[in-house]
This record gives sequence, structure tokens and C-alpha cells, in this order.
Amino acid sequence: MNNDKVVVGLTGATVELDGRCVLHDITFDVHEGGFVGIVGPNGAGKTTLMRTIMGLVRVVSGRVEVFGAPPGGKRSEAIGYVPQRQSIPAEFPATVGDVVMMGRLRQLGPLGFPGRKDWQRVDESLELVGMQDRRSRPVGRLSGGEQRRVMLAQALCASTRLLVLDEPTVGLDLPAEHEFYALLRKLIRELTLTIVAVSHDLVAMAGQSDELICINHRMHIHGNAEDVIHSHAIREAYRCEFDFLGGELAHHETPGHQHNG
Amino acid sequence: MFDFAFMQRALAAAVLVGLLCGVLGFFVVLRRLAFIGVGISHSAIGGVAIGILAGWNPLLTGAFFAIAVALGIAMVSQSDKISEDTVIGVFFSGSMALGVVLFSMKSGYQQDLFSYLFGNVLAISTTELVALGCISAAIMAIMLLTFKEHLLVAFDEEVAAAYGHKVLGLNVLLLVVLALTVVIGVRLVGLLLIQALLVVPAAIAALWALNFRWQVLVAALVGSLSGIVGLVMAYQFDIAAGGSIVMVAVALFFVTLVVHFIRRHFRVPPPVP
Repeated sequence: MNNDKVVVGLTGATVELDGRCVLHDITFDVHEGGFVGIVGPNGAGKTTLMRTIMGLVRVVSGRVEVFGAPPGGKRSEAIGYVPQRQSIPAEFPATVGDVVMMGRLRQLGPLGFPGRKDWQRVDESLELVGMQDRRSRPVGRLSGGEQRRVMLAQALCASTRLLVLDEPTVGLDLPAEHEFYALLRKLIRELTLTIVAVSHDLVAMAGQSDELICINHRMHIHGNAEDVIHSHAIREAYRCEFDFLGGELAHHETPGHQHNG
Repeated sequence: MFDFAFMQRALAAAVLVGLLCGVLGFFVVLRRLAFIGVGISHSAIGGVAIGILAGWNPLLTGAFFAIAVALGIAMVSQSDKISEDTVIGVFFSGSMALGVVLFSMKSGYQQDLFSYLFGNVLAISTTELVALGCISAAIMAIMLLTFKEHLLVAFDEEVAAAYGHKVLGLNVLLLVVLALTVVIGVRLVGLLLIQALLVVPAAIAALWALNFRWQVLVAALVGSLSGIVGLVMAYQFDIAAGGSIVMVAVALFFVTLVVHFIRRHFRVPPPVP
């Protein structure tokens, strides 16, 4: 982590969906240049927390600030977003360049036509992820790993300061996953980028992120990744025991454990 | 044959509706909205029936119904409890049933009904053509200005929302524009066949082109070409223009399908990058 400048800050954030409390009293800060993984069991509210940071879900109490202002407003600073998706359909009729440009639509002029500067930004984003030679290729014809890089370039085209990733490596094989995380590390170094990643993959998050935040509707623990995975709080959040052996994870369900969907 | 004023008007209407259906059809095919198109076009029958019975302009009442149904589909589909195709099924069967009941209350030969169901482009008046041209221009302008946002929504609604685009608003806009296109296409091919012009040219374009720019262009050209050739055939063989236009489009689709199959079989790359 490079400095103490807070990029994302939640203070007592509580979110209700359809009258049900999904997140209760969540408080944490994400500092500039940090890579923070948000983990928790299925149905813990990870995606809701991510959507709250993006400004897509409003808090009923507490405060959310991104770059010092509530997210989602017309004047809010853009956040790069990499969605959870297995693949882009082969028949989707757009080039890599077109898809990356989609991250920049809000910044285009009133008529929505991209200019030379906009295409330059697309080229720069593609270069950052090592896909500059693929700009004119149909996006649906790329491999899964390449498509993930294109989505990352799209997010970088929206913002080079903060990225929110939703299950960033789902559907990727192990080498592609390692390659993707190495790329994220390179971007953090080169751009002072801040990354918030939501994932169900506790092992990957523990190995790749600087800090882990573990939630299950409420905050269970936030701290250094190494400390978090060996804490009692994470076992409490998942309601099971973990053994981290050589980077592999085995878990033993504790009595009364239930997956909550 | 194009010396006749009615043929000139019919030709202009065919080209305009063909262009418009090609552009809108691109999104109908890309977003798999074909059933919504059927639902909206068939729903307009209830509105047309009210217009005929009440002595109002049936196209206006049809447009009102089509837009109301489009909005209804968009709103009710937001609910997690009921799927979109179920909503469409309820709306369109309900509206068609209303049309059948209302038409049964009117005695005598229903010539009007047939012209709305299957089109009567040779009878299009200059006033109707001007109205068609104005509405087409407005729809084209709307689509041009919002094209990239619609493409982003088609790509990924979640991403579009994350970047601050009003996904619901864009979806509603697309359905309303679709409803208007259905209504202005009534004179050309009728409510029962307009769906073909929304789907077939765009499906042909999807087989030929990999890029959205080419797909929109090809779909618009195929839509217009089908209109022109269909009209000529209708005149030459004295057959119904609406059916003839759709038959031409469908024939082009099957020719494309065969060519596409042969090209893939012999591994020849597609003609448009």
C-alpha cells in the first residue's frame, strides 16, 4: 500500500433490500494503491457491498464515500468495473476496441461520438493489459483469459484510479488466473491503482490481496490477508474450520453450519 | 409501374420502413427480443379495433395500445416473481382477444381489419407518407444518439448500470421505439407480418457481418431491398404486397443461410470483417 489516502470509506453502512437487512453496520477504509479482497460465504452480501461501493445501492444508514464523495452521483468520479462473467458470446458484433470504448461512454461528448483522444485512451488501456495488437479483433473470438483482459482494459478506460472486480477469475484455469493477478499487481505498481475485489475464492484472495475483509451480513474481520485467514473471526463468518496447508484450503464444517444460498 | 403516384408512395414507404426495421431489428436480434416484438405488434390489434369501432384513427389507438403494452412489459418484467415471456403472453393474448371481441361486434365485411392485419401499402396517402417519414426520422435520430448506450446494455446490463447509464430508461425507450415502428409498419405489411421485417433482415446481417456497424447497414439495406423487390413482385403478379415483401425477405434469409453453410463448410472467411 502506497499511502494513507482513503479511496473508499464506509462508516456504519447498513443496507436493506426488500425490507431485509443485507449489510449491517459495515465500517472499513480502503487506502490508495491497496488491493483489498472482500470474502464471505454464499449469500453474505458481498455483491451488495460491491454495488454499494459503486453507488448502485443506497445505504439506509451510515455513510459511503469514494474519493471523498458519495458514489453514483452525476459528478462522482468514475469507478472501473470488471463484472463476473464466464465469457462474451462468440457472435457479439463488436471489436475489442469497441468494447473497451464502452467504459468511456459517459465521458464522451453530448452526441456520444468518440474522438481521437478517446481512441487514444482505448489504445493506452489495451496497452496496459498487453492487448494493443487485438484492437480490431472480434471480442467474442478471444480466449477466456484474453476476454478478461479486455474487460480489465474497459474498466481502465473508465478509471485508472479505482477498480472494483466481481469474481475476477471465475472460469479461468490456474495459469490464466495467475497471469491475471500478476497483471493486476503490475497495474497497481504502475498506476497507483486501488483495487477492491469481491470473490468466493478465499485461497486466491488470501494469496493475492494485501488486505482481506470478511463479511457475513456484518463485518467479521478486516486486516492483513495473512492474519485474517488464520483468525477465529473468519471461521466464525464461514461457520466452519479451515486448514491452510501449502496454499491449499481444506474445510471442516462445524455443527449447525448452513450454506445460506 | 413507378409512373403511378400510388406506386411511388408505396415504394417510399417500403424503403423507409425497411430501413427503420433494419436498424431496430439489429437490437431485436442481438437482445433476443423477437417475442417482445410479436407481443407488441399483436397487442396493437386491440387498439386498432377500438379505433375502428369508435371512429377514431385506428393507427393512433393502435400506437397507444402498443406503447402501453411495451411499457407494461418493461414495468412488470422488473418483478422477480414473473418472467418476461409470461408477461408478454398475458398482454398480447389479452389485447388480441379484446380485438377479436370488438371486431365481432361490428357487422358486415371487415375490409379495414384485413388491411391492418396484412397491410395495404398501395393505399397509403401522401399525408400518411409524410407522417411516416417524420416518425421514421425521429426514431432514427433517437437511435443514432443512444446507439452506443443500447449496445452497452446489450453487452452487459450490469456494466452499463455500473457506469451510470439508466438501464431501465434505455430498455423502456427501446420498447417504445419498437412499438412506434410496429405501428408505422402496419400500412406496409400489417400487424401480423411486421415482426418478420424486424427479425429477418437483422438475422441475415448477423449471418454475414461480425461488426455492429456492418450489421446495421446490411440489415437496413436488406429491409429496404425486400420492400422494393416485394412491391415489384406484388405489382407484376397481382399478389398481396405485405406477404410478397416478407416472402422476399425470408427467401433472402434462406439463400444467406445456404451460402453461409457452404462458406463455413469450405472454411472461406466471411466477406465482411
